[in-house]
Order: sequence, then structure tokens, then C-alpha cells
Amino acid sequence: MFLKEYIKDIYNAVKSLLTGMKLTGYYFTHHKEIITEQYPENRETLNLSERFRGEVVMIHDENNEHACTGCSACELACPNGTIKIINKFEINAEGKKKKAIDTFIYHLELCTMCNLCIVACPTDTIKMAQNFEHSVYDRSLLTKKLNHSGSKIREGVE
Amino acid sequence: MLSLEGITNFIDEGLNATFNPTIALLCEFAIVGICAITLFATLGLVLVLMERKVAAFMQIRLGPNRVGPMGMFQTAADTLKLVMKEGLTPDGADKFLFNLAPFIVMIAAMLLLAPIAFAKGFQIWDINIGVLYISAISSISVIGILMAGWASNNKYSLLGAMRSGAQIVSYELSAGLSIITIVVLTGSIQLSDIVASQENGWWLFKGHIPVIISFIIFIIAVTAETNRAPFDLAEAESELTAGFHTEYSGMKFALFFLAEYINIFIACAIGATLFLGGWMPFHIGSWHAFNHIMDYIPSSLWFVGKTFFLIFLMMWFRWTFPRLRVDQLLNLEWKYLLPISMFNLLLVTIVAIMGWHF
Repeated sequence: MFLKEYIKDIYNAVKSLLTGMKLTGYYFTHHKEIITEQYPENRETLNLSERFRGEVVMIHDENNEHACTGCSACELACPNGTIKIINKFEINAEGKKKKAIDTFIYHLELCTMCNLCIVACPTDTIKMAQNFEHSVYDRSLLTKKLNHSGSKIREGVE
Repeated sequence: MLSLEGITNFIDEGLNATFNPTIALLCEFAIVGICAITLFATLGLVLVLMERKVAAFMQIRLGPNRVGPMGMFQTAADTLKLVMKEGLTPDGADKFLFNLAPFIVMIAAMLLLAPIAFAKGFQIWDINIGVLYISAISSISVIGILMAGWASNNKYSLLGAMRSGAQIVSYELSAGLSIITIVVLTGSIQLSDIVASQENGWWLFKGHIPVIISFIIFIIAVTAETNRAPFDLAEAESELTAGFHTEYSGMKFALFFLAEYINIFIACAIGATLFLGGWMPFHIGSWHAFNHIMDYIPSSLWFVGKTFFLIFLMMWFRWTFPRLRVDQLLNLEWKYLLPISMFNLLLVTIVAIMGWHF
């Protein structure tokens, strides 16, 4: 009985080791599987993962309209104070005061790309962009205004 | 035809004709020494690059590819960097032993080079106890490792050295027993005899299953003896930073690093000599035409090819298997490899006595 267990142990061990070697052997002989990006050379044809997070941007449509209501949910969700929302009040057609966004300040130098603001946004107006070449010579350039100048909130977004 | 044997004979005759025998012998010593050091340096460069490339491809990466074409000068650049660096000796270290240890490891590796037959008639020293010599000298390197670990005055170094000691003491046994199977079949411990006995076929094929088992055990044991993954407990980056060479830097570190790769080469060369026929070409029974074509490939190429095949196998192991724990390591040796290799030796002895091998 002991001998049976012993031989079974050896058989299973050898089998699992060979399974591993088969996989690495496959990778060794199939260079097409290589996932390394040779960055500076293939800058035009970079193959970035869908989930790659480069920076926060605000989505604007062709009429220069966004969906930000200025609710500050993203500002509250941010763990390290990356986002600062400055609101203003506009008088609409019916003579009512309505809250709208004045400036969406985004400190890229503080951002950890944790994605919490994107999750918190009720109107899906901000998203993570894929660009990652952020180096600049002056750190004030890293403080960005996300809403384009002259943009306004899209009709019907509350 | 130009062969290594011809070249050595030509040099030997030339020297003996010009000088008296003693000076000629001294000249030959010097030439052999220079050749050995050159071989070591080249092997270090080639094997490190090969390891990095193999590792990269197995991990779906590209590996070094910036220095020179395909990254071929990467290891040369690394060596240059190591030469320039300061070889620091820690304050609390035993200075003499600390500086001596890398040289002991290197010298042990160098001594092992002596009985290996690189090509037909191309051997530094055809000693008549070749196999015994190899198994005796190969355990000297552990003294260097223990010395490095002890003299560094560092807990990681000492732990790594102790592990290495336990490991080599254990695995020496099964390596020795698997070498003995070939000695039993050949009836000689001279390496040139062992190579000559494989003229009509390598022992791996002639000796049936028992020799295949002992070949596998040999490969496992030498992987452990050279302290390579999955048996690299002596280094174990994640637990012991770098094990016995934690405190070494610059060229002294490079010597340890080089010795590791030289040891791999030598272990694989011995494996190739014992099991894969050394420099003997691949022959199949009575296929004379095929055998004749195989004879045209120079014997040195056969030897290097077989050795590098085994080295590749060991690299394949390293980049596939996870590291063993200390208790698992000793379990594997004492509960599995040792009983199996003892039983296997018995089988081989029966095969040899009854003459069942080809």
C-alpha cells in the first residue's frame, strides 16, 4: 500500500513538472506570444491594454458640450485631493438659478490613477485617457483645467 | 584535416624540438592556463547572455536587446561595469577569509576542467581515476561558499552558506550513485575509457531504462549541486537577499557569478561525457551511410553541442519550476532520489552482469 502511494507521488510530481515545462517550452519556441512593447521605436503602434490609466479627461461632444453637473461627487471620492470643482450659478430661461460648472481643476501631479472619481461620477462625464507621456519642465503645467473653455452642459443632463 | 588533436600535437612537437623537455612542459602549462582562463571568460559571457535570453523568451519577454545586435554585448558591458566597481570588504568581516573565498570557488571550478575530454585526443589530463577526481573536487566549492558565508559576518550570508552545505552534502550522494551506474557499465573510471565505450552508441540509449533513470537523477542532483533554481536556496533572493554573496561587490562578486556558470558548464560537460558519449558522434547501429555523415561533424562540435543541450535543459528547469523549501529539498533527496538511485544501481549491476545492454 505504501509503495503504491510512493509511486503515485512520483508519477504525479513528474507529470506536473512536465506540464510546466511544456508551457515554458511553448513560449520559448513561439516568439509571437511576446508581449514586450519596444516603446520609443513603436510609439505609433503602441498596443496598450484597455484598462491602462493615463490621466483623467472630461468627455466633450462635437458641440463642445459635456455632461458635468458640478455635483462634486468626484471631488469627494478622490482620496488625495486631486480634483477641485469650482461652481457658478447661471440664470436659465425660466429665471431660475441653476448650479453649473465653472472650472474642473485636476492636479495630475497628485493623481494615483485609482479610478475612484470615474466610478463616482453619476453622469459618466469623466474617463481615463491612455496617454502617459506627461513629463514637463514646469510642474504648474500639470495642474489642468478639464472642461474646455466655452463649453457648457449638455441639454437634458440633470 | 585540421583538428584540435593535430594542433596540440604540433605545438607539443615544436616545443620539444626547440627547448629541453622541462621548459617545454612549463610552456605547455602556461598555454593550458591561458586557454583555460580564456575559456572561462568566454563561457561566462556566453552563458550569462544565454541565460538571460532563455529566461526572457520563457517569460514572454525580449530580454537584453539594446547593447549591440540582439543585445550581444550586454554581458561584456556588465563585466566592464563590475571591473570598474569597488570591491568592498565589510568592517566586521574576517578580511582574509572574505577575500580568499571567491578564489577557492574559482579554483575548484578550474581544477574540474582538467579531466574533461573536449574533443578527440584533446584533454588536459587523462587521469586514470577521472570520475573519482571529479566527484571529489566538485565538493570543494562548498568550502568556498561556507567560507564566504562565515567570513561575511552577516546573518543572510551565514544562512545561505549553511543551506548550501546541507544541500551539497545530500545531493552529492545521488549524483555519485548515478555516476557509479555508468562506471559499473563501463568497468573503468578513466574518462577516456568511458567515452571510448560509447563508440557504438551512447549509454543513454544502450543502457535501457535504468540508465535513463540515473540520467534524470544525475541532472536533478547536479542542478542542486550548482545551487541553481529550483534548488537555489543558498541565494534565495526573496528571503536571504543574495545568500552567501550578499556582502560581495565588484570583481569578487563577479568571480562568484562566473564560478556558478563555470560549474554549470562543467556539470553538463560531465553529464554529456558520461551519458551522451562525450565527443562521440551520434551513430545508429548498422546505418553506415548515416554514421559516416555524422563522422564528418568535428568531435569538438559534438561535445559542445551536447553540453549546451544539457545547459539549456537546466535553464529550462530554472525558469519553469518554483523554488523548494529546505525541508522539501531534503525530503526529495533522502526519501525519493536516494532510495530510487540505490535500487537503480542494483538494476544496472544486474544488467551489466547479465550483459543485457547493447
